[in-house]
Amino acid sequence: MKALNEMKLTLESRSVNEGYARVAVSAFVASLDPTVEELSDIKTAVSEAVTNCIVHGYRDTMGRIYIWVGIFADNSVKIRIRDRGCGIADIRQAMEPLYTSQPDERAGLGFAVMQSFCDKLTVRSTPGKGTTVTLLKKIESRSQC
Amino acid sequence: MPVRIEKNKNLTTAFLSGEIDHHSSAFLREEIDKAVNVVMPRELCLDFMHVSFMDSSGIGLVMGRYKLMHAIGGKLKVRGVNASTMKVMKLAGLDLLAKIDCKGEER
Repeated sequence: MKALNEMKLTLESRSVNEGYARVAVSAFVASLDPTVEELSDIKTAVSEAVTNCIVHGYRDTMGRIYIWVGIFADNSVKIRIRDRGCGIADIRQAMEPLYTSQPDERAGLGFAVMQSFCDKLTVRSTPGKGTTVTLLKKIESRSQC
Repeated sequence: MPVRIEKNKNLTTAFLSGEIDHHSSAFLREEIDKAVNVVMPRELCLDFMHVSFMDSSGIGLVMGRYKLMHAIGGKLKVRGVNASTMKVMKLAGLDLLAKIDCKGEER
C-alpha cells in the first residue's frame, strides 16, 4: 500500500531533540483528526523510540536518527525510526518489560509502552549496524475525510 | 524544565512542570534528591499538576524517588496526574507502589 502523504526527518542524537521529534510527528499526524488520546499515544511511543536511539543505539557517541512517517488511506499511520548505532543482539530480551541494560534510572519499559500505545510494533536490528523500529497506529477519525 | 521544591520536614513537595522525558528527567532527579537528602522528610509529594507530557523516563523518576523515600523510612505520594500520564504510570504498576491522585481529585 502506498502512503497518501509522507514526511522524513533527520535529527542528531542529542537528548534535547526528543521533544522536537515527538511534536513534529504528532503535528504531521494531526491532519487525520485524531483524538487527544490517540495523539498523546503517538507522542509517547515516538518519544520512547527516539530515546532508545540516543540512550542505547548511540550510547556515548553522536549519530543520526532517521524518522519516516506515512499516512495511509485506511486512516493508519506508520512511523519508522531508525539509527545506525550499536544494534541489539537479543531483541526478545530487549523487549521484555522491565529488562534494561542501564538499571540505575531507566525503567526498562520503552518497548512495553510502544507496544501498548500502538497497534503494531516491529523491531529489526543488526548488531554493529543499527536498529529500525516501526510503529503502526490506526486513527479512529472523528470526521470522515 | 524548572522544578520548585517546598521543603518541610513533614511533607516536602516537588512541583514539576512541562514535559518529562529522558532529556529533562536527569535534572529533576538531581534537584529532588538534593532536597530530600538535606531535609530527610517523612513524606515526599511529586506534584504533576503542570506536567503536560511524560514518557517512561518519568516512571524511572517516580520509581527512583520511591526507593529513596523507602530507604530513609518515608513515604511517597503522587498527585495532579492527567489522563495520559496516568496511562503510562498504570502500565508500570506505579499505582500499586504509591498513592496517586488524578487531576480534579486532590486532597
